[in-house]
Amino acid sequence: MNTNNNILVKLKNAGFRQNNKWLVKGVSLEVKKGKIVTLIGPNGSGKSTTAKIALGIYKTIDGEVEKYTSKIGYVPQKISIDWTLPIRVHDFMVLTENLSDEAINEALSLTGVIHLKNKNLGNLSGGEFQRVLLARAISKKPELLVLDEPVQGVDFTGEIALYELIKKISDTLDCGILLISHDLHTVMSATDHVICLNGHVCCSGTPIDVAKNNEYKALFGEQASQILSRYEHRHDHVHTIEGEIKKN
Amino acid sequence: MLDDFFIRALIAGLGVAIVTGPLGCFVVWRRLSYFGDTLAHSALLGVTLAYTMEFNIAFSVFIISSLIALTLIQLQKRTNLPGDALLGLLAHSSLAIGLVVIGFLSFIRFDIMGLLFGDILAVTVEDLLIIWIGGALILLVLKLIWKPLFASTVNYELAEAEGLNPDRAKAIFTILMAAIIAISIKMVGLLLITGMLIIPAAMARNISDSPIKMVTYSIIGGLLSVIIGLFTSLEFNTSSGPSIIAASLFLFILSLLNIKQSIKLKN
Repeated sequence: MNTNNNILVKLKNAGFRQNNKWLVKGVSLEVKKGKIVTLIGPNGSGKSTTAKIALGIYKTIDGEVEKYTSKIGYVPQKISIDWTLPIRVHDFMVLTENLSDEAINEALSLTGVIHLKNKNLGNLSGGEFQRVLLARAISKKPELLVLDEPVQGVDFTGEIALYELIKKISDTLDCGILLISHDLHTVMSATDHVICLNGHVCCSGTPIDVAKNNEYKALFGEQASQILSRYEHRHDHVHTIEGEIKKN
Repeated sequence: MLDDFFIRALIAGLGVAIVTGPLGCFVVWRRLSYFGDTLAHSALLGVTLAYTMEFNIAFSVFIISSLIALTLIQLQKRTNLPGDALLGLLAHSSLAIGLVVIGFLSFIRFDIMGLLFGDILAVTVEDLLIIWIGGALILLVLKLIWKPLFASTVNYELAEAEGLNPDRAKAIFTILMAAIIAISIKMVGLLLITGMLIIPAAMARNISDSPIKMVTYSIIGGLLSVIIGLFTSLEFNTSSGPSIIAASLFLFILSLLNIKQSIKLKN
Protein backbone atom coordinates (compact mmCIF):
# COMPACT_ATOMS: atom_id res chain seq x y z
CA MET A 1 0.00 0.00 0.00
CA ASN A 2 1.19 3.46 -0.84
CA THR A 3 1.97 5.35 2.34
CA ASN A 4 0.64 8.52 0.71
CA ASN A 5 -2.84 7.12 1.14
CA ASN A 6 -2.62 7.96 4.80
CA ILE A 7 -1.95 11.63 4.23
CA LEU A 8 -4.95 13.86 4.93
CA VAL A 9 -3.49 17.27 4.29
CA LYS A 10 -0.11 18.36 3.04
CA LEU A 11 1.42 21.84 2.96
CA LYS A 12 4.33 22.44 0.58
CA ASN A 13 6.35 25.54 1.34
CA ALA A 14 3.14 27.41 2.14
CA GLY A 15 2.96 31.03 3.18
CA PHE A 16 0.42 33.82 3.54
CA ARG A 17 0.89 37.55 3.12
CA GLN A 18 -1.46 40.27 4.32
CA ASN A 19 -0.92 43.99 3.65
CA ASN A 20 2.56 43.21 2.31
CA LYS A 21 3.57 41.51 5.51
CA TRP A 22 4.29 37.81 5.73
CA LEU A 23 2.22 36.28 8.51
CA VAL A 24 3.92 32.96 7.94
CA LYS A 25 6.26 31.68 5.29
CA GLY A 26 7.74 28.46 4.00
CA VAL A 27 5.75 25.98 6.04
CA SER A 28 5.81 22.35 4.97
CA LEU A 29 3.94 19.77 6.95
CA GLU A 30 1.69 16.78 6.58
CA VAL A 31 -0.99 15.30 8.79
CA LYS A 32 -1.56 11.57 8.50
CA LYS A 33 -4.38 9.36 9.70
CA GLY A 34 -4.23 8.62 13.42
CA LYS A 35 -1.38 11.08 14.05
CA ILE A 36 -1.33 14.27 16.09
CA VAL A 37 0.73 17.12 14.69
CA THR A 38 1.17 20.08 17.00
CA LEU A 39 2.07 23.65 16.19
CA ILE A 40 3.80 25.59 18.93
CA GLY A 41 5.33 29.04 18.95
CA PRO A 42 5.03 32.46 20.56
CA ASN A 43 2.11 34.86 19.93
CA GLY A 44 1.99 36.10 16.38
CA SER A 45 4.21 33.32 15.12
CA GLY A 46 1.66 32.20 12.52
CA LYS A 47 0.11 29.15 14.17
CA SER A 48 -3.53 30.05 13.47
CA THR A 49 -2.57 31.32 10.03
CA THR A 50 -0.95 27.97 9.22
CA ALA A 51 -4.10 26.17 10.36
CA LYS A 52 -6.24 28.44 8.17
CA ILE A 53 -3.98 27.79 5.19
CA ALA A 54 -4.37 24.06 5.74
CA LEU A 55 -8.16 24.47 5.98
CA GLY A 56 -8.40 26.50 2.80
CA ILE A 57 -9.81 29.58 4.54
CA TYR A 58 -7.01 31.67 3.07
CA LYS A 59 -7.05 31.22 -0.65
CA THR A 60 -4.43 33.53 -2.10
CA ILE A 61 -1.42 31.78 -0.65
CA ASP A 62 2.13 31.02 -1.56
CA GLY A 63 3.11 27.42 -2.07
CA GLU A 64 0.68 24.54 -2.20
CA VAL A 65 -1.94 22.80 -0.12
CA GLU A 66 -3.05 19.30 -0.99
CA LYS A 67 -6.12 18.06 0.80
CA TYR A 68 -7.18 14.42 0.65
CA THR A 69 -10.32 14.59 2.75
CA SER A 70 -13.43 16.70 2.95
CA LYS A 71 -14.58 15.38 6.32
CA ILE A 72 -13.13 18.11 8.49
CA GLY A 73 -13.90 19.29 12.00
CA TYR A 74 -12.62 22.72 13.03
CA VAL A 75 -12.39 24.46 16.38
CA PRO A 76 -11.37 28.06 15.64
CA GLN A 77 -9.41 30.11 18.13
CA LYS A 78 -11.85 32.98 18.21
CA ILE A 79 -15.55 32.84 17.55
CA SER A 80 -18.22 35.26 18.63
CA ILE A 81 -21.91 34.56 18.26
CA ASP A 82 -24.05 37.54 17.41
CA TRP A 83 -26.91 38.16 19.84
CA THR A 84 -29.21 38.79 16.88
CA LEU A 85 -29.13 35.05 16.26
CA PRO A 86 -31.42 32.96 18.42
CA ILE A 87 -29.41 29.76 18.41
CA ARG A 88 -29.31 26.92 20.90
CA VAL A 89 -26.49 24.44 21.46
CA HIS A 90 -28.58 21.85 19.64
CA ASP A 91 -28.90 24.08 16.53
CA PHE A 92 -25.17 24.81 16.64
CA MET A 93 -24.30 21.10 16.66
CA VAL A 94 -25.93 20.58 13.26
CA LEU A 95 -24.49 23.76 11.78
CA THR A 96 -22.48 22.21 8.98
CA GLU A 97 -23.83 18.68 8.86
CA ASN A 98 -27.09 16.98 9.80
CA LEU A 99 -26.58 14.56 12.67
CA SER A 100 -28.72 12.00 14.41
CA ASP A 101 -29.85 12.79 17.93
CA GLU A 102 -27.65 9.98 19.28
CA ALA A 103 -24.54 11.43 17.61
CA ILE A 104 -25.29 14.85 19.11
CA ASN A 105 -25.91 13.45 22.58
CA GLU A 106 -22.81 11.27 22.43
CA ALA A 107 -20.51 14.13 21.48
CA LEU A 108 -21.99 16.49 24.08
CA SER A 109 -21.64 13.81 26.77
CA LEU A 110 -18.01 13.17 25.84
CA THR A 111 -17.11 16.83 26.41
CA GLY A 112 -19.33 16.98 29.49
CA VAL A 113 -21.93 19.49 28.37
CA ILE A 114 -24.98 17.35 27.59
CA HIS A 115 -26.99 19.34 30.17
CA LEU A 116 -26.56 22.48 28.04
CA LYS A 117 -28.20 21.00 24.94
CA ASN A 118 -31.22 23.30 24.94
CA LYS A 119 -29.47 26.39 26.27
CA ASN A 120 -28.97 29.46 24.16
CA LEU A 121 -25.43 29.75 22.84
CA GLY A 122 -25.19 33.35 24.01
CA ASN A 123 -25.75 32.33 27.64
CA LEU A 124 -22.79 29.93 27.90
CA SER A 125 -19.59 30.70 29.78
CA GLY A 126 -16.29 30.71 27.91
CA GLY A 127 -15.30 27.24 29.09
CA GLU A 128 -18.76 25.78 28.40
CA PHE A 129 -18.76 27.23 24.91
CA GLN A 130 -15.30 25.79 24.26
CA ARG A 131 -16.58 22.33 25.20
CA VAL A 132 -19.54 22.78 22.85
CA LEU A 133 -17.17 23.83 20.05
CA LEU A 134 -15.10 20.69 20.57
CA ALA A 135 -18.23 18.51 20.73
CA ARG A 136 -19.45 19.99 17.45
CA ALA A 137 -16.13 19.31 15.74
CA ILE A 138 -15.94 15.66 16.83
CA SER A 139 -19.64 14.85 16.46
CA LYS A 140 -19.42 14.53 12.71
CA LYS A 141 -16.69 11.91 13.04
CA PRO A 142 -14.21 13.81 10.88
CA GLU A 143 -11.13 12.38 9.22
CA LEU A 144 -9.19 15.54 9.96
CA LEU A 145 -9.56 17.61 13.13
CA VAL A 146 -8.06 21.07 13.30
CA LEU A 147 -8.02 22.34 16.87
CA ASP A 148 -6.85 25.88 17.51
CA GLU A 149 -6.35 26.20 21.26
CA PRO A 150 -9.26 23.86 21.93
CA VAL A 151 -9.23 24.07 25.73
CA GLN A 152 -8.82 27.82 26.27
CA GLY A 153 -10.88 28.97 29.22
CA VAL A 154 -11.59 25.44 30.40
CA ASP A 155 -10.97 24.72 34.08
CA PHE A 156 -7.82 22.83 35.08
CA THR A 157 -9.28 19.36 35.60
CA GLY A 158 -11.43 19.78 32.50
CA GLU A 159 -8.35 20.70 30.49
CA ILE A 160 -6.60 17.43 31.29
CA ALA A 161 -9.77 15.43 30.61
CA LEU A 162 -10.30 17.16 27.27
CA TYR A 163 -6.74 16.53 26.14
CA GLU A 164 -7.17 12.88 27.06
CA LEU A 165 -10.38 12.91 25.06
CA ILE A 166 -8.61 14.38 22.05
CA LYS A 167 -5.95 11.68 22.25
CA LYS A 168 -8.67 9.04 22.53
CA ILE A 169 -10.55 10.44 19.55
CA SER A 170 -7.44 10.31 17.41
CA ASP A 171 -7.09 6.62 18.31
CA THR A 172 -10.72 5.52 18.03
CA LEU A 173 -11.67 7.50 14.93
CA ASP A 174 -8.22 7.03 13.43
CA CYS A 175 -8.39 10.66 12.39
CA GLY A 176 -5.50 13.03 11.93
CA ILE A 177 -5.27 16.02 14.24
CA LEU A 178 -3.61 19.37 13.66
CA LEU A 179 -3.38 20.87 17.12
CA ILE A 180 -2.36 24.33 18.26
CA SER A 181 -1.59 24.49 21.91
CA HIS A 182 0.23 26.57 24.48
CA ASP A 183 0.38 23.73 26.93
CA LEU A 184 3.88 22.38 26.41
CA HIS A 185 3.28 19.52 28.85
CA THR A 186 0.51 18.15 26.69
CA VAL A 187 2.28 18.88 23.47
CA MET A 188 5.36 17.01 24.55
CA SER A 189 3.56 14.03 26.01
CA ALA A 190 0.72 13.29 23.62
CA THR A 191 1.99 14.40 20.24
CA ASP A 192 3.55 12.48 17.39
CA HIS A 193 5.11 15.41 15.61
CA VAL A 194 5.90 18.91 16.81
CA ILE A 195 6.41 21.93 14.60
CA CYS A 196 7.87 25.00 16.23
CA LEU A 197 6.88 28.17 14.41
CA ASN A 198 8.13 31.72 14.55
CA GLY A 199 7.01 33.21 11.24
CA HIS A 200 8.69 30.23 9.65
CA VAL A 201 9.45 26.70 10.77
CA CYS A 202 12.13 26.94 13.48
CA CYS A 203 12.45 23.28 14.04
CA SER A 204 10.30 20.21 13.80
CA GLY A 205 10.35 16.54 14.61
CA THR A 206 9.36 14.23 17.41
CA PRO A 207 8.88 15.89 20.79
CA ILE A 208 12.26 14.55 21.92
CA ASP A 209 14.07 16.00 18.92
CA VAL A 210 12.42 19.37 19.29
CA ALA A 211 13.09 19.65 23.01
CA LYS A 212 16.81 19.18 22.34
CA ASN A 213 16.84 21.78 19.59
CA ASN A 214 18.64 25.01 20.40
CA GLU A 215 16.15 27.23 18.58
CA TYR A 216 13.36 25.72 20.65
CA LYS A 217 15.32 26.49 23.80
CA ALA A 218 15.91 30.03 22.59
CA LEU A 219 12.19 30.55 21.98
CA PHE A 220 10.76 28.94 25.07
CA GLY A 221 13.70 29.00 27.47
CA GLU A 222 15.71 26.30 29.19
CA GLN A 223 12.76 25.50 31.44
CA ALA A 224 10.65 24.41 28.55
CA SER A 225 13.11 21.89 27.30
CA GLN A 226 13.13 20.28 30.71
CA ILE A 227 9.40 19.68 30.59
CA LEU A 228 10.07 16.75 28.37
CA SER A 229 12.83 15.29 30.49
CA ARG A 230 10.57 15.65 33.51
CA TYR A 231 7.84 13.91 31.61
CA GLU A 232 10.11 11.08 30.55
CA HIS A 233 11.52 10.86 34.00
CA ARG A 234 8.04 10.13 35.26
CA HIS A 235 7.98 7.06 33.14
CA ASP A 236 11.36 5.49 33.70
CA HIS A 237 10.48 4.28 37.17
CA VAL A 238 7.54 3.50 39.40
CA HIS A 239 6.95 4.27 43.06
CA THR A 240 5.94 1.23 45.02
CA ILE A 241 3.47 1.44 47.88
CA GLU A 242 6.34 1.12 50.35
CA GLY A 243 7.90 4.23 48.93
CA GLU A 244 10.70 2.46 47.15
CA ILE A 245 11.68 3.55 43.69
CA LYS A 246 11.69 0.78 41.20
CA LYS A 247 13.29 1.07 37.79
CA ASN A 248 11.23 -0.05 34.82
CA MET B 1 -63.23 35.59 -7.49
CA LEU B 2 -59.99 37.01 -8.91
CA ASP B 3 -62.08 39.75 -10.48
CA ASP B 4 -62.24 41.44 -7.12
CA PHE B 5 -59.24 43.74 -6.72
CA PHE B 6 -59.21 43.21 -2.99
CA ILE B 7 -59.00 39.41 -3.24
CA ARG B 8 -56.16 39.80 -5.74
CA ALA B 9 -54.32 42.14 -3.39
CA LEU B 10 -54.81 39.76 -0.50
CA ILE B 11 -53.48 36.75 -2.43
CA ALA B 12 -50.53 38.82 -3.66
CA GLY B 13 -49.75 40.14 -0.17
CA LEU B 14 -49.90 36.72 1.44
CA GLY B 15 -47.56 35.36 -1.22
CA VAL B 16 -45.08 38.16 -0.56
CA ALA B 17 -45.25 37.65 3.21
CA ILE B 18 -44.41 33.95 3.00
CA VAL B 19 -41.19 34.82 1.14
CA THR B 20 -40.17 37.95 3.07
CA GLY B 21 -40.45 35.99 6.34
CA PRO B 22 -37.37 33.78 5.96
CA LEU B 23 -35.41 36.26 3.81
CA GLY B 24 -36.07 38.96 6.41
CA CYS B 25 -34.54 36.77 9.12
CA PHE B 26 -31.30 36.61 7.15
CA VAL B 27 -31.45 40.37 6.58
CA VAL B 28 -31.63 40.86 10.36
CA TRP B 29 -29.01 38.23 11.17
CA ARG B 30 -26.53 39.42 8.56
CA ARG B 31 -27.24 43.12 9.21
CA LEU B 32 -28.29 43.78 5.65
CA SER B 33 -31.16 46.23 6.13
CA TYR B 34 -29.36 49.08 4.37
CA PHE B 35 -28.40 46.70 1.61
CA GLY B 36 -32.11 45.93 1.16
CA ASP B 37 -32.87 49.65 1.09
CA THR B 38 -30.28 50.24 -1.61
CA LEU B 39 -31.68 47.51 -3.81
CA ALA B 40 -35.19 48.86 -3.28
CA HIS B 41 -34.19 52.43 -4.18
CA SER B 42 -32.53 51.21 -7.33
CA ALA B 43 -35.80 49.49 -8.20
CA LEU B 44 -37.22 52.84 -9.32
CA LEU B 45 -34.70 52.84 -12.13
CA GLY B 46 -35.90 49.36 -13.00
CA VAL B 47 -39.51 50.53 -13.08
CA THR B 48 -38.78 53.44 -15.40
CA LEU B 49 -36.81 51.12 -17.63
CA ALA B 50 -39.79 48.80 -17.76
CA TYR B 51 -42.03 51.66 -18.90
CA THR B 52 -39.58 52.91 -21.52
CA MET B 53 -38.77 49.52 -23.02
CA GLU B 54 -42.19 48.01 -22.33
CA PHE B 55 -40.72 45.21 -20.24
CA ASN B 56 -42.43 43.43 -17.43
CA ILE B 57 -41.85 45.54 -14.27
CA ALA B 58 -40.80 42.67 -12.01
CA PHE B 59 -38.33 41.37 -14.59
CA SER B 60 -36.80 44.78 -15.20
CA VAL B 61 -36.51 45.56 -11.46
CA PHE B 62 -34.87 42.18 -10.90
CA ILE B 63 -32.25 42.90 -13.57
CA ILE B 64 -31.44 46.41 -12.32
CA SER B 65 -31.32 45.39 -8.63
CA SER B 66 -29.03 42.46 -9.44
CA LEU B 67 -26.74 44.79 -11.40
CA ILE B 68 -26.62 47.23 -8.47
CA ALA B 69 -25.82 44.36 -6.09
CA LEU B 70 -22.97 43.16 -8.32
CA THR B 71 -21.69 46.74 -8.65
CA LEU B 72 -21.66 47.04 -4.89
CA ILE B 73 -19.61 43.85 -4.51
CA GLN B 74 -17.09 45.15 -7.07
CA LEU B 75 -16.88 48.59 -5.43
CA GLN B 76 -16.26 46.97 -2.06
CA LYS B 77 -13.32 45.11 -3.53
CA ARG B 78 -11.82 48.05 -5.41
CA THR B 79 -12.27 51.08 -3.16
CA ASN B 80 -11.39 51.93 0.40
CA LEU B 81 -14.77 53.47 1.15
CA PRO B 82 -16.76 51.96 4.00
CA GLY B 83 -19.75 49.77 3.15
CA ASP B 84 -22.42 52.20 4.34
CA ALA B 85 -21.01 55.05 2.23
CA LEU B 86 -21.05 52.82 -0.85
CA LEU B 87 -24.63 51.76 -0.07
CA GLY B 88 -25.71 55.39 0.27
CA LEU B 89 -23.95 56.30 -2.93
CA LEU B 90 -25.67 53.58 -4.92
CA ALA B 91 -29.07 53.99 -3.27
CA HIS B 92 -29.43 57.71 -3.80
CA SER B 93 -27.76 57.97 -7.18
CA SER B 94 -29.90 55.20 -8.64
CA LEU B 95 -33.01 56.77 -7.08
CA ALA B 96 -32.03 60.15 -8.52
CA ILE B 97 -31.38 58.74 -11.98
CA GLY B 98 -34.72 56.94 -11.84
CA LEU B 99 -36.53 60.20 -10.98
CA VAL B 100 -34.67 62.12 -13.70
CA VAL B 101 -35.64 59.50 -16.27
CA ILE B 102 -39.27 59.76 -15.14
CA GLY B 103 -39.08 63.48 -15.92
CA PHE B 104 -38.28 62.64 -19.52
CA LEU B 105 -41.18 60.24 -19.76
CA SER B 106 -43.83 62.98 -19.59
CA PHE B 107 -45.91 61.19 -22.23
CA ILE B 108 -46.64 58.35 -19.80
CA ARG B 109 -49.03 58.92 -16.91
CA PHE B 110 -47.05 57.87 -13.82
CA ASP B 111 -48.44 57.04 -10.43
CA ILE B 112 -45.37 57.98 -8.38
CA MET B 113 -47.18 57.52 -5.08
CA GLY B 114 -48.20 54.03 -6.14
CA LEU B 115 -44.58 53.20 -6.97
CA LEU B 116 -43.21 54.52 -3.71
CA PHE B 117 -45.85 53.19 -1.36
CA GLY B 118 -47.61 50.36 -3.16
CA ASP B 119 -51.03 50.26 -4.78
CA ILE B 120 -53.44 47.42 -4.18
CA LEU B 121 -55.61 48.52 -7.08
CA ALA B 122 -52.74 47.88 -9.46
CA VAL B 123 -52.31 44.15 -8.73
CA THR B 124 -53.25 42.13 -11.82
CA VAL B 125 -53.70 38.39 -12.32
CA GLU B 126 -50.33 38.40 -14.10
CA ASP B 127 -48.75 39.92 -10.97
CA LEU B 128 -50.26 37.12 -8.89
CA LEU B 129 -48.59 34.54 -11.10
CA ILE B 130 -45.25 36.35 -10.86
CA ILE B 131 -45.49 36.62 -7.08
CA TRP B 132 -46.47 33.01 -6.45
CA ILE B 133 -44.23 31.33 -9.03
CA GLY B 134 -41.33 33.70 -8.34
CA GLY B 135 -41.88 33.34 -4.61
CA ALA B 136 -41.90 29.56 -4.80
CA LEU B 137 -38.63 29.64 -6.74
CA ILE B 138 -37.04 31.99 -4.20
CA LEU B 139 -38.06 29.72 -1.32
CA LEU B 140 -36.81 26.64 -3.14
CA VAL B 141 -33.39 28.19 -3.79
CA LEU B 142 -33.23 29.49 -0.21
CA LYS B 143 -33.91 25.98 1.07
CA LEU B 144 -31.10 24.64 -1.11
CA ILE B 145 -28.54 27.16 0.18
CA TRP B 146 -29.89 27.25 3.76
CA LYS B 147 -27.09 25.17 5.31
CA PRO B 148 -24.07 27.09 3.93
CA LEU B 149 -25.84 30.45 4.27
CA PHE B 150 -26.85 29.89 7.87
CA ALA B 151 -23.51 28.34 8.84
CA SER B 152 -21.59 31.27 7.39
CA THR B 153 -23.96 33.68 9.12
CA VAL B 154 -22.95 32.09 12.41
CA ASN B 155 -19.26 31.88 11.51
CA TYR B 156 -17.75 32.33 8.09
CA GLU B 157 -14.52 30.47 8.82
CA LEU B 158 -16.25 27.40 10.22
CA ALA B 159 -18.41 27.15 7.11
CA GLU B 160 -15.43 27.66 4.81
CA ALA B 161 -13.18 25.23 6.70
CA GLU B 162 -15.76 22.48 6.70
CA GLY B 163 -16.34 22.75 2.98
CA LEU B 164 -19.67 24.58 2.66
CA ASN B 165 -18.70 27.24 0.11
CA PRO B 166 -20.16 30.29 1.89
CA ASP B 167 -19.13 32.73 -0.86
CA ARG B 168 -21.37 31.05 -3.38
CA ALA B 169 -24.26 31.00 -0.89
CA LYS B 170 -23.80 34.73 -0.25
CA ALA B 171 -23.83 35.55 -3.96
CA ILE B 172 -27.00 33.51 -4.50
CA PHE B 173 -28.64 35.17 -1.49
CA THR B 174 -27.91 38.59 -3.02
CA ILE B 175 -29.76 37.55 -6.15
CA LEU B 176 -32.68 36.31 -4.03
CA MET B 177 -32.86 39.74 -2.37
CA ALA B 178 -33.12 41.40 -5.78
CA ALA B 179 -35.82 38.89 -6.72
CA ILE B 180 -38.03 39.47 -3.65
CA ILE B 181 -37.85 43.22 -4.19
CA ALA B 182 -38.82 42.73 -7.81
CA ILE B 183 -41.91 40.67 -7.05
CA SER B 184 -43.14 42.69 -4.09
CA ILE B 185 -42.67 46.22 -5.41
CA LYS B 186 -46.29 46.65 -6.57
CA MET B 187 -47.69 45.59 -3.22
CA VAL B 188 -45.53 47.44 -0.74
CA GLY B 189 -43.84 50.09 -2.84
CA LEU B 190 -40.12 50.63 -3.10
CA LEU B 191 -39.70 52.82 -0.02
CA LEU B 192 -41.26 50.27 2.29
CA ILE B 193 -40.10 46.87 1.06
CA THR B 194 -37.23 46.75 3.52
CA GLY B 195 -39.77 47.30 6.30
CA MET B 196 -41.64 44.22 5.14
CA LEU B 197 -38.37 42.29 5.36
CA ILE B 198 -37.16 43.60 8.71
CA ILE B 199 -40.13 44.33 10.93
CA PRO B 200 -41.79 40.87 11.00
CA ALA B 201 -38.33 39.29 11.48
CA ALA B 202 -37.53 41.71 14.31
CA MET B 203 -40.88 40.91 15.89
CA ALA B 204 -40.08 37.18 15.58
CA ARG B 205 -36.66 37.67 17.21
CA ASN B 206 -38.37 38.94 20.34
CA ILE B 207 -40.35 35.76 20.81
CA SER B 208 -38.10 32.97 19.54
CA ASP B 209 -35.14 30.98 20.85
CA SER B 210 -34.16 29.05 17.74
CA PRO B 211 -33.60 29.94 14.09
CA ILE B 212 -36.48 27.80 12.81
CA LYS B 213 -38.91 29.35 15.28
CA MET B 214 -37.81 32.82 14.26
CA VAL B 215 -38.43 32.03 10.59
CA THR B 216 -41.86 30.56 11.39
CA TYR B 217 -42.98 33.50 13.54
CA SER B 218 -41.61 35.91 10.96
CA ILE B 219 -43.81 34.34 8.27
CA ILE B 220 -46.86 34.35 10.55
CA GLY B 221 -46.19 37.97 11.49
CA GLY B 222 -45.90 38.94 7.84
CA LEU B 223 -49.17 37.17 6.95
CA LEU B 224 -51.03 38.86 9.81
CA SER B 225 -49.58 42.26 8.83
CA VAL B 226 -50.81 41.82 5.26
CA ILE B 227 -54.31 40.80 6.35
CA ILE B 228 -54.68 43.56 8.96
CA GLY B 229 -52.96 46.12 6.73
CA LEU B 230 -55.04 45.44 3.63
CA PHE B 231 -58.35 45.52 5.50
CA THR B 232 -57.42 48.88 7.06
CA SER B 233 -56.31 50.09 3.67
CA LEU B 234 -59.72 49.16 2.26
CA GLU B 235 -61.61 50.64 5.19
CA PHE B 236 -59.79 54.00 5.36
CA ASN B 237 -58.74 54.28 1.73
CA THR B 238 -55.01 54.45 2.60
CA SER B 239 -52.06 53.19 0.49
CA SER B 240 -51.52 49.48 0.88
CA GLY B 241 -47.78 49.59 1.68
CA PRO B 242 -47.90 51.97 4.66
CA SER B 243 -50.95 50.18 6.05
CA ILE B 244 -49.19 46.79 5.96
CA ILE B 245 -46.00 48.19 7.51
CA ALA B 246 -48.00 49.99 10.22
CA ALA B 247 -49.74 46.72 11.03
CA SER B 248 -46.38 44.93 11.32
CA LEU B 249 -45.14 47.67 13.64
CA PHE B 250 -48.21 47.06 15.77
CA LEU B 251 -47.30 43.36 16.00
CA PHE B 252 -43.70 44.28 16.84
CA ILE B 253 -44.89 46.41 19.75
CA LEU B 254 -47.00 43.49 20.98
CA SER B 255 -43.89 41.26 20.86
CA LEU B 256 -42.06 43.73 23.10
CA LEU B 257 -44.61 43.00 25.82
CA ASN B 258 -43.51 39.37 25.60
CA ILE B 259 -39.89 40.39 26.24
CA LYS B 260 -40.84 42.35 29.33
CA GLN B 261 -42.75 39.36 30.65
CA SER B 262 -39.90 36.96 30.10
CA ILE B 263 -37.47 39.34 31.79
CA LYS B 264 -39.85 39.54 34.75
CA LEU B 265 -40.00 35.75 34.90
CA LYS B 266 -36.22 35.52 34.99
CA ASN B 267 -35.89 37.95 37.87
